[in-house]
Amino acid sequence: MDIQLTEEQELLRSSIQRFLREQYDFDERRKIVATDEGWSRKHWKSFAELGLCAAPFQESSGGLGGGSLATMIVMQEFGRSLVVEPYFETVVLAGGLIEDVASPEQRQAFLPKIMEGEAIWALAWAEGRSRYDFNNVTTTARRQGDKFVLSGTKAAVVGAPWADKLIVSARTSGGPRDRVGVSLFIVDRHAANLRLQSFKTIDGRRAAELTLMDVEVPAGQLLGVEGEGVVALDACRDRAIAALCAEAVGAMSVLNSATLEFSKARKQFGVALGSFQVLQHRMVDMFIALEESISLTQHLNLSLAAHEPNGSKLASGAKSKVGNAARFVAEQAVQLHGGMGMSDELNVGHYFKRINSINVQFGDPTYHLMRYAQQN
Amino acid sequence: MELDLSSEDAAFRDEVRAFIAENYPQEMRVSNPETDLTKEQSLLWHRILHKKGWIAPLWPKEYGGPGWSVTQRFIFEQETSRAGTLPPLAFSVTMVGPVIYTFGNDAQKKKFLPRILSGEDWWCQGYSEPGSGSDLASVRTKAVRDGDHYIVNGHKTWTTLAQHADWIFCLVRTDPAAKPQAGISFLLIDMKSPGVTVRPIITIDGSHEVNDVFLEDVRVPVENLIGEENKGWTYAKFLLGNERTSMAGIGRSTRYLGRLKQIVRTEVGEEDPAFGEFTREIARVELDVLALEATELRIVAQMSRGIDPGPAASLFKIRGTEIFQRITDLTHQAIGNYGLAIREHPVTANRFMPGPDYGHTATEKYLNSRKLSIYGGSNEIQRNIIAKAVLGL
Repeated sequence: MDIQLTEEQELLRSSIQRFLREQYDFDERRKIVATDEGWSRKHWKSFAELGLCAAPFQESSGGLGGGSLATMIVMQEFGRSLVVEPYFETVVLAGGLIEDVASPEQRQAFLPKIMEGEAIWALAWAEGRSRYDFNNVTTTARRQGDKFVLSGTKAAVVGAPWADKLIVSARTSGGPRDRVGVSLFIVDRHAANLRLQSFKTIDGRRAAELTLMDVEVPAGQLLGVEGEGVVALDACRDRAIAALCAEAVGAMSVLNSATLEFSKARKQFGVALGSFQVLQHRMVDMFIALEESISLTQHLNLSLAAHEPNGSKLASGAKSKVGNAARFVAEQAVQLHGGMGMSDELNVGHYFKRINSINVQFGDPTYHLMRYAQQN
Repeated sequence: MELDLSSEDAAFRDEVRAFIAENYPQEMRVSNPETDLTKEQSLLWHRILHKKGWIAPLWPKEYGGPGWSVTQRFIFEQETSRAGTLPPLAFSVTMVGPVIYTFGNDAQKKKFLPRILSGEDWWCQGYSEPGSGSDLASVRTKAVRDGDHYIVNGHKTWTTLAQHADWIFCLVRTDPAAKPQAGISFLLIDMKSPGVTVRPIITIDGSHEVNDVFLEDVRVPVENLIGEENKGWTYAKFLLGNERTSMAGIGRSTRYLGRLKQIVRTEVGEEDPAFGEFTREIARVELDVLALEATELRIVAQMSRGIDPGPAASLFKIRGTEIFQRITDLTHQAIGNYGLAIREHPVTANRFMPGPDYGHTATEKYLNSRKLSIYGGSNEIQRNIIAKAVLGL
């Protein structure tokens, strides 16, 4: 099993690589992160023009039909360049959910704007006490005539300060931990009675805590079947994990080559750092960690593309295994770079932080190890 | 776990404990004392200890030490660290002070020691240079004799809190022809001297603890040379021995473990699939701490019988830093989704930080603690030391 890219996929990859090489080097990325907004609309437009925002969607939805392999290709390159723009949030999470469960009218209303790069989305599923379970929802949605009224707090919504639209999970029935009774709603980011408290994330992005104080949402903006939100989110998480693993692989590959290069160039005690056997073995382990991660990420993406029945279990397995591998690579890349690895100036620490953030998003390696163990 | 204490030592322990409880400044109890205090605030406890006569446990009585036994010194270290007090200026008291009273001349002792004890002078360490890493003997900063002065040119880096410092002790190369260790001298440089420039280095946790220090044609009076010219490596090694003694950090690890348990109880909860894993991991770290603490107590007992601890400091450094890194890692995992957030520096109360207070520094602590296995001689170097000095490999 080794994915041989088609001519079309190769083209997609080389066009992203060329764009990022020419327009999105580490200095440019640093400048973007330091702006007030924290992301670049200009680059976002370019991503859309390159077809990245339409790449994974089905042709019947107006997309390019690339599916999860296209996402994998994009995310791996974004991981290599530490792209901060909300592709994951908008295209993978929201776009994926809409394509998966939205009504034909909603698809028509929302997907074209996503594919054209006209709309930014964020997904608000987490809450202060939810940890990584989609069913731990205390935010409520009450039916009131032809609308729903949402109340509650959603935590750590990555990309929310940038978003035009939010997908919010809220309870329409059942108790606080029931799987059934959670529904998804499309909420305008500027809706009345919706408060955002923004903060910076570990990897230089922006996120927010949302407080919904009787936010009114038209019934037509219920996304998917009422009460079946957890099922939709489960499938969304599988796609999310496939994308995050690809991004982690991209980041790890940069860390490994940077570390290798450094260990050859850097002299200590009169010899190259890389001549010390203990460091050689460490770098061999980093190499193995990356190889295994590439394999598992490909395996997961192929399984999801083929709708294999054990896809969700495999997703958790990959999130755990790749997460641990990425953390090992990141920590060792910092260690082997010595003091420089600790400095904000060098790119290594920023890859380290992105990997950290990937490990938190949608559940950490331990959570997914346990979920993997419990799935049949 | 406790040492078997004599009744005098037990009374001493109670005295120390009570003194801390009554005198440790509330102002210094901030979420992250290492990054959130002003220069003045971080000196408060130093001054209180100075007034009490407890500022320099290691120093001989004639220079202002309290004249404590090995056991008393250990008790003091244990109590202050358990109570989470910010240690007094380590580069001044633990590092350069002993070098000055051991190798300095009378004039230097008279000039510098009292001001170190009082906290009037803040010292920083000019050891590391770009490209030197753990290989400190590769010093490239040059000092050339010019009459009554040395002219110093070079670049020191990773200099902790140089932004506050009044003085820097530097390794400089005075004999470029000699072997690496042989041509080094130990020089004290006034940070206000013309030609000294400090540039902040921001680390991955966003804080400003370390700096680049540039030395350009800095004129340093010859009287600021410690000991003999070209013998600096001997003094430097002596100092490094002191740097590594107290890196087991049992008190700190124990405190952070307590907080981790509290966070796991509140945030994770028994119904969470990962709860069992957290329980196991915490137990593992707790046992690591216990084993290291027992080792420390065993070595303290040996030292009080006059037995040389050898490279035990390397063992403490390796295990102490690995344990603390693991605790900060687990704490970051325990706060779940809020682990995505990081405080912005400089820290102010106006910026929104999500989640419960006890989690606000979890991310930055995890990031910041990555330095522990790098600095003070990387853990790889410490393992080399044990391999060579203990195992004879």
